Amino acid sequence: MSDMITLPLHAVAHGRTGDKGNRSNISLVPYLPETYPYLLEQVTAERVLELFRHKGATDAKRYDLPNLTAMNFVIDNALEGGVNSSLSQDLHGKTLSFMLLGEFEVTVPKPCVPAGSRYL
Amino acid sequence: MTVYIGSGAGFAGDRLDAGIPVVETLKTKDGPRYLIFEVMGERTLAIAQRIKMRNPELGYSPYLEPYLRNVLKAAKEAGVTIVANLGNANPLGGAKRTHELARELGVEDLRVAVVLGDDLLAFMGADEVASLPSIEGVSIDGKEIVAANAYLGARPVAEALKLGVDVVLVGRTTDAALVLGPLIHEYGWGEQDYDLLAAGTLAGHLLECGGQITGGYFCDPGFKDVPGMDDLGFPIGEIEKDGTIVITKAANTGGLVNKATVTEQMLYEVHDPSAYLTPDVSLDITNVSLADDGKDRVRVTGARGNPPPETLKVTVSADGGWLAESEMIYAGPNALARARLAADVVRSRVTKHGVTEPVRIEIVGTGAVYDNDASDRERARNMPMDGEYRLRAAIRTLDKETAQYVNDEVLSLFCSGPSGGGGYRCNITGQVNTASVLVPRGPVEAQARAQEVQP
Repeated sequence: MSDMITLPLHAVAHGRTGDKGNRSNISLVPYLPETYPYLLEQVTAERVLELFRHKGATDAKRYDLPNLTAMNFVIDNALEGGVNSSLSQDLHGKTLSFMLLGEFEVTVPKPCVPAGSRYL
Repeated sequence: MTVYIGSGAGFAGDRLDAGIPVVETLKTKDGPRYLIFEVMGERTLAIAQRIKMRNPELGYSPYLEPYLRNVLKAAKEAGVTIVANLGNANPLGGAKRTHELARELGVEDLRVAVVLGDDLLAFMGADEVASLPSIEGVSIDGKEIVAANAYLGARPVAEALKLGVDVVLVGRTTDAALVLGPLIHEYGWGEQDYDLLAAGTLAGHLLECGGQITGGYFCDPGFKDVPGMDDLGFPIGEIEKDGTIVITKAANTGGLVNKATVTEQMLYEVHDPSAYLTPDVSLDITNVSLADDGKDRVRVTGARGNPPPETLKVTVSADGGWLAESEMIYAGPNALARARLAADVVRSRVTKHGVTEPVRIEIVGTGAVYDNDASDRERARNMPMDGEYRLRAAIRTLDKETAQYVNDEVLSLFCSGPSGGGGYRCNITGQVNTASVLVPRGPVEAQARAQEVQP
């Protein structure tokens, strides 16, 4: 296990947030396809929900897209009411993909981190 | 035959000049060519509806003129048809303005059509609209409804194109209809060609956000680098009759198209990827595959379609009162302690004043945007006391006086708050609340129609 490394998701994956009402969706795409199984195993809907619970999130679902080596999280009530009632600077929650990328850690083999990454 | 569809704008506020190189590129292609502008959001219509109430000539997109001015002549001369939701709450008014613009620019024989019928309040009572089942958004019970518009599908857009016009202006259709409409028109796809309609809808979904698929909203320096973001090339879709899509971009521009940019945009604002519902088809992207097809070209195949729902989605808008925001900055030694004291002072003042609505008082620089209204995380985190921190207060109220009062409490920190605060900024903005409701499609689609508008 010496070649395993624990890092924020941002080291191995990218994503984008969208919103509809008080529901946020965050896509998560590893830079390298070989990272995908590790994300499937570790980035569960339950753990993602915990990350957003303090904002009022009540449910999270994960949809897997193996052809695209991507996953899509749909998080209910994560947007403090969404654009209708949020008092956040970011009414749409556009910044939340980077919260997931920055605050969720995964343990992966070192080669899952793209060469030249500042995380290495 | 290949149909070429480029994007000139992905939201109201997108770069005004992005469409120019798209038209230049389309000019070099053989086959039907289109340029779309997608500029509507959920709130856009209510704002436009209010403007229209004050002046019946207005209510089309305020971006109609600046976007079209840059491309109208070149597009007409090159035979590129424009399809845009620049009609907003008043497609007829927008068509009239487009004709005026054509005269001003010396564009001859411009023909313009509109799609009408999305405005429910034109043929339904507000009470009836308020009683429709809600799927998301705020309760609209008892509030004055400002706008209620159904998302029409691509069929009326195709009907408008059949009139042989140069410009089609729509109000509320699905964003994807701006792309699927031309494809139905060119390829004659039938109402039950679900896989083809799914491919066209996917093409629309990929193109509707403009530069979001060509490296815009994607670049993360050192991780996802994008060249030439100051000259981001907007996307062009090349769509075959069998539904094969190639995404590329305007020639001689910055940005990039690769599998990563396409994947991010494909999942943008998607919930269940096996059922992206539109009035034309339920799109299933779970079997979609991407393949590199040369520099800045990605081939997209495998969209599947299922029958669309029996209902249409309607955005209902009501008055949402006011959002007040005010800020003050603290910097240097002990800045966080001073910002926290400022926050406590404002909190105490507004509470004693009897403000009952939730007031968010937070410190920007502590991870505030990831925090909640109570700043639970900020309190739990051990942040450096020295640095640069910005106090921010926000409230939503129905009366403007309370909104102003909270801003004034932050302003008063200048002379009565902690040492060294500066850079006060504030604003108060009128708000629109929206809810999404479902309406049976029959009666609405009976109202949907395309018509040419004469100069």
